[in-house]
Amino acid sequence: MSALVLAHHRISPTERLKDAAAVAFIALLLGIPMIGLTTIDQGGALRIATRWPALLAFIAACFVGRLLLRYGFDQLRARKLAREQAAAAVRDRNLAASPLLTWVGWGALGVSLALPIVFTDNRYVVDTATTVLIYVMLGWGLNVVVGLAGLLDLGYVAFYAVGAYTYGVLATQLGWTFWQALPVAGAMAASFGIILGWPTLRLRGDYLAIVTLGFGEIIRVILVNWTELSGGPNGITSIPRPSFFGLPFKPPGDDPTFASFFGLEYSPSHRIVFLYYLILALALLTNLFVSRMRKLPIGRAWEAMREDEIACKAMGINARNVKLSAFAIGAMLGGFAGVFFAARQGFISPESFTFNESAIILAIVVLGGMGSQLGVVLASLVLVLLPELGRDFAEYRMLLFGTAMILIMIWKPGGILAHREPTLRYLATTGDKR
Amino acid sequence: MMLQLSGVHAHYGYIHALHGVDVSVQVGEVVTLIGANGAGKSTLMMSIFGQPRASAGRIVFNGEDISKLPTHEIARRGIALVPEGRRIFPRMTVMENLQMGAVLGEEMNFAVDLKRMYLLFPILEERCQQRAGTLSGGEQQMLAIARALMSRPQLLLLDEPSLGLAPLYIKKIFQIVRELNREHGMTILLVEQNAHHALRVAHRGYVLQHGQIILSGTGHELLANPEVHAAYLEGGQAATAS
Ligand SMILES: Nc1ncnc2c1ncn2[C@@H]1O[C@H](COP(=O)(O)OP(=O)(O)OP(=O)(O)O)[C@@H](O)[C@H]1O
Ligand SMILES: [Mg+2]
Repeated sequence: MSALVLAHHRISPTERLKDAAAVAFIALLLGIPMIGLTTIDQGGALRIATRWPALLAFIAACFVGRLLLRYGFDQLRARKLAREQAAAAVRDRNLAASPLLTWVGWGALGVSLALPIVFTDNRYVVDTATTVLIYVMLGWGLNVVVGLAGLLDLGYVAFYAVGAYTYGVLATQLGWTFWQALPVAGAMAASFGIILGWPTLRLRGDYLAIVTLGFGEIIRVILVNWTELSGGPNGITSIPRPSFFGLPFKPPGDDPTFASFFGLEYSPSHRIVFLYYLILALALLTNLFVSRMRKLPIGRAWEAMREDEIACKAMGINARNVKLSAFAIGAMLGGFAGVFFAARQGFISPESFTFNESAIILAIVVLGGMGSQLGVVLASLVLVLLPELGRDFAEYRMLLFGTAMILIMIWKPGGILAHREPTLRYLATTGDKR
Repeated sequence: MMLQLSGVHAHYGYIHALHGVDVSVQVGEVVTLIGANGAGKSTLMMSIFGQPRASAGRIVFNGEDISKLPTHEIARRGIALVPEGRRIFPRMTVMENLQMGAVLGEEMNFAVDLKRMYLLFPILEERCQQRAGTLSGGEQQMLAIARALMSRPQLLLLDEPSLGLAPLYIKKIFQIVRELNREHGMTILLVEQNAHHALRVAHRGYVLQHGQIILSGTGHELLANPEVHAAYLEGGQAATAS
């Protein structure tokens, strides 16, 4: 079987040469103006000079590089196919939770709990970890819509924005606190989820993606233009930071502060660490909530809807309600993350809610493996940390980022963790559900 | 009369797939629908579920006109469907598929029904944690039937349950149809290419051609009918013989 596959994917040396020659030809076309010709300044006049040896080297490099690249990829692919086919049968029968993954999950939780204690004085680390957690939470929220319900939503950032602006407006204009605004903003985002979900009920796939993309942009454009409410392009500034159950994080003053109440010396890192634990708690609640939902009839209906809508309806499931509930719950979770974002930054503007954000969140869900909770965490780590680590590479950062994404998709087309946890176990001997 | 279609028309865009069909099913009956490819058999089944919706005519189930009801409401009236091509939920486990079939039922019936299904299809119990998409074709068909039965329907619609199955499985499927009807009193509307088997298990049958009923009668009558024999039996027999 595997030999057959290998044979099928092997291409002949002539084909390889042809392929590399084609690349070399393109290199030639591009190379003549870019490398072959150059302008030199000669006594104030511009003159064109030629650099044929450099061009030749460039073309040769392209040719050889292409040969090697193709060879490498073909080897990888053939080996992977063979391995996959051998493993497929075993894996599919073995759906029970992999103990390794469970341990990775608990390990990740342990590390995330300990992180700010270890790095108390390293503001950068805690800050970055907070950003990762925001994306984890957003990923888990979008996972409900895309991963579980199978509704491709390209405008998820809209709900993040609704949450953030709801808190921003309530806090700056009406003086609401973080905890008061949180449920309201969640409800607000959920309503937007329903309002935007309603017209898309009959759409699916590409069409749904385009419409949700449009909705995301509409929300952003409204935020830019509705100056009285949203502050327009300038956004909303001096949004109050969350307090520790009424105790603000401030230098000691007349009122009790967090530091004075607990008899600590004031340090700005208190707030950073508090924010970190806050988003960690929100994210964990999100995870618990979503895992719980998956095991309820509604969650199972989301997944069934993703698999086959007509079959689902024929089971007596109200497709409209199921889809809207997925939109609403996904939006609500995005809204919560938005509130946290606004409270953390203290400043929001439409620029934070561009399509780029939607794309990153979607990439997290897809790279993580649709529907996999742990996969989202790993993908968030990769997608947030890579650009951070890449800072040293300045302008090559996005290149690095893109390459990494492509490599992940080649290596794991189903996402980092394509594993799906069954929602139901059965004890054959007793017939009990567990 | 449990189900009565009268003068039902159905369209896919401008394609006119059903031209006023009259079909009835009584409580406790197995009724089969035979016809060539593209005759409109699946369309008729699906139009009972409003997919596509009947553009004219009435579909009455237990005295209620269901032709305007949304699909999920029709299912809730007690009709279950084993659609053409099974349409199980491939990435969900066998158990989860069965549970989807039972969403309308009482929570407390679930364990009992599950046991019943495992008794009927022991292979499903063996595979209960396996992803449904990785079952063999025949196993998937059994899963589709079991999933439909999990809702404890009054009427079961089976669209080509023997499609693509080995002779052994085909036999088994027809055995199950018979058992469901004779022992559990299930009312069944069965679409089949396998006219021979179908007519033998059915009390009555209809022959559909170009979206119209051209013949109807008891299973035995149709089996003996020379036209039916020529069009749907002989060819099939010859094909299986050769
Ligand atoms: N979704 C659709 N869109 C357009 N035309 C359709 C659609 N489904 C079926 N048709 C057309 O309607 C007619 C009846 O199709 P139907 O599927 O009911 O046939 P059938 O009797 O079930 O055939 P088979 O035995 O091959 O399953 C066919 O001409 C078919 O091309
Ligand atoms: Mg058909």
